[in-house]
Amino acid sequence: MDRTLVVHVLVLLGLTGLGVVTAQAAGPEPARRAELVRMVRQDCGSCHGMTLKGGLGPALLPESLAGKPSASLVATVMSGRPGTPMPGWSRFVNEAEAEWIIQRLQEGFPPVALGAGS
Amino acid sequence: MSRLVRCCQALCAAAALLLSACAHQPTAEVRGTGDLGIVIERATGSVQIVDHSRQTSLGRVEGLGDLSHAHATYSRDGRYAYVFGRDGGLTKVDLLARRIDRRVVQAGNSIGGSISQDGRLVVAQNYEPGGIKAFDAQTLELVSEVPAEYAPGQFSKVVGLADVSGNRFAYALFEAGEIWVTDFSTPAAPVTQRYPAGKQPYDGLVTPGGRYFMAGLFGEDGVSLLDLWQPGQGARRILGGYGRGEEKLPVYKMPHLRGWAVADGKAYLPAVGRHEVLVVDLTTWQEVGRIPVAGQPVFVMARPDGRQVWVNFAFPDNAQVQVIDTLDRRLLTTLSPGKAVLHMEFTPRGEHVWVSSRDDNRVTIYDTDTLQPLKVLPAQAPSGIFFTARAGRIGF
Repeated sequence: MDRTLVVHVLVLLGLTGLGVVTAQAAGPEPARRAELVRMVRQDCGSCHGMTLKGGLGPALLPESLAGKPSASLVATVMSGRPGTPMPGWSRFVNEAEAEWIIQRLQEGFPPVALGAGS
Repeated sequence: MSRLVRCCQALCAAAALLLSACAHQPTAEVRGTGDLGIVIERATGSVQIVDHSRQTSLGRVEGLGDLSHAHATYSRDGRYAYVFGRDGGLTKVDLLARRIDRRVVQAGNSIGGSISQDGRLVVAQNYEPGGIKAFDAQTLELVSEVPAEYAPGQFSKVVGLADVSGNRFAYALFEAGEIWVTDFSTPAAPVTQRYPAGKQPYDGLVTPGGRYFMAGLFGEDGVSLLDLWQPGQGARRILGGYGRGEEKLPVYKMPHLRGWAVADGKAYLPAVGRHEVLVVDLTTWQEVGRIPVAGQPVFVMARPDGRQVWVNFAFPDNAQVQVIDTLDRRLLTTLSPGKAVLHMEFTPRGEHVWVSSRDDNRVTIYDTDTLQPLKVLPAQAPSGIFFTARAGRIGF
């Protein structure tokens, strides 16, 4: 067997493996991401503001979330916060999606594309 | 004599100037504003000015800031809309000239506002900094303010602001659990009375006619009721069963009480977290029925004659609108005006209703008799629809 071919195959396999890992770390598929972005802006936005600067609920901007552990933020999204109006959203998002949302919020949430059924 | 001639010449010149100035006004047509209104376009910070007789849009006014949660109230002549934006912007829109007359950014985070009985003050209710501010309705200059400081250094978000008689405004304080009534008879020196109300009032309204202010409570079951004819009696709890009950269901969007429907001596109001519209007898304040509906109700609004009640819903059931016949309290129909129905507004006498669908970028006009759609108008992510008929109503 040609050594270069083996190297090529190995490199390709490695790239494929890398691709899988990257896809997992990147979270939801693009179509689902768009749904999640819209849900956060519009539906979470009914209390937290569409610009996430806060309303009846607190602001969800990177500076307002700074220092709060991600795990507890994910738990708040999934199960809500007793004693406040914050409901749990586990009916609509799974744990991985909640983690993806929290990561995006911590780094500055993406906008909803205008006119794209937003 | 020559002085008189010079004087005449000057007058003629002035008249000519005035005439040419008039010719440049965009409002070529002389018309009233009684059948006009605005549609909020929440994502683009714009409003459309609409005509509900001709069922058309007359144009768009831009530059109103963050309208992701917006409310509008009207000058008593129905010419100007005061639009309160989420970012604290207060914009006075001239419906005839179709332009912004004035605009101020008066707070960091605002939720709405209202106009005084005499039409001279526009009052904004704010989350941040918590409190209310009164502005001159003509100039939008700040006249006075009442910070919602319920304990030293502690400020509350203000919800449910409503104008009532005597140039007073009633509102509730979310964190403080109180109802405040501020009297602006002396605009620069308002006088405020405080009434304990219950845990976490989230919205309020005045009953038609303006006698009772009611605040829905989130932190406990029930509604707090203040008789504005006898405020000294304090707020009392009614509808002990109203709220989330034993089994606390998640609430994905706070119901709006402002559309509280009153028909035939009964009030129809959104249940909190439940797929029900509650029916309450207005003489005993007792619940007398529940109507199962398609989702958690947000707005429960009566057609002006009271014969129908229209209901829209919270996420994820917000692509539907249901209509209830108040005579036998049954569902008449379920409509599909589009995705994410946010608001409904009846024409002043109720023959039509305009319904906004945020995610389908349109406003659908229904005939309330046939329950059929008449017309669809395009709009960019429309939310609130506000017709000038509000100018003459207490609590709007």
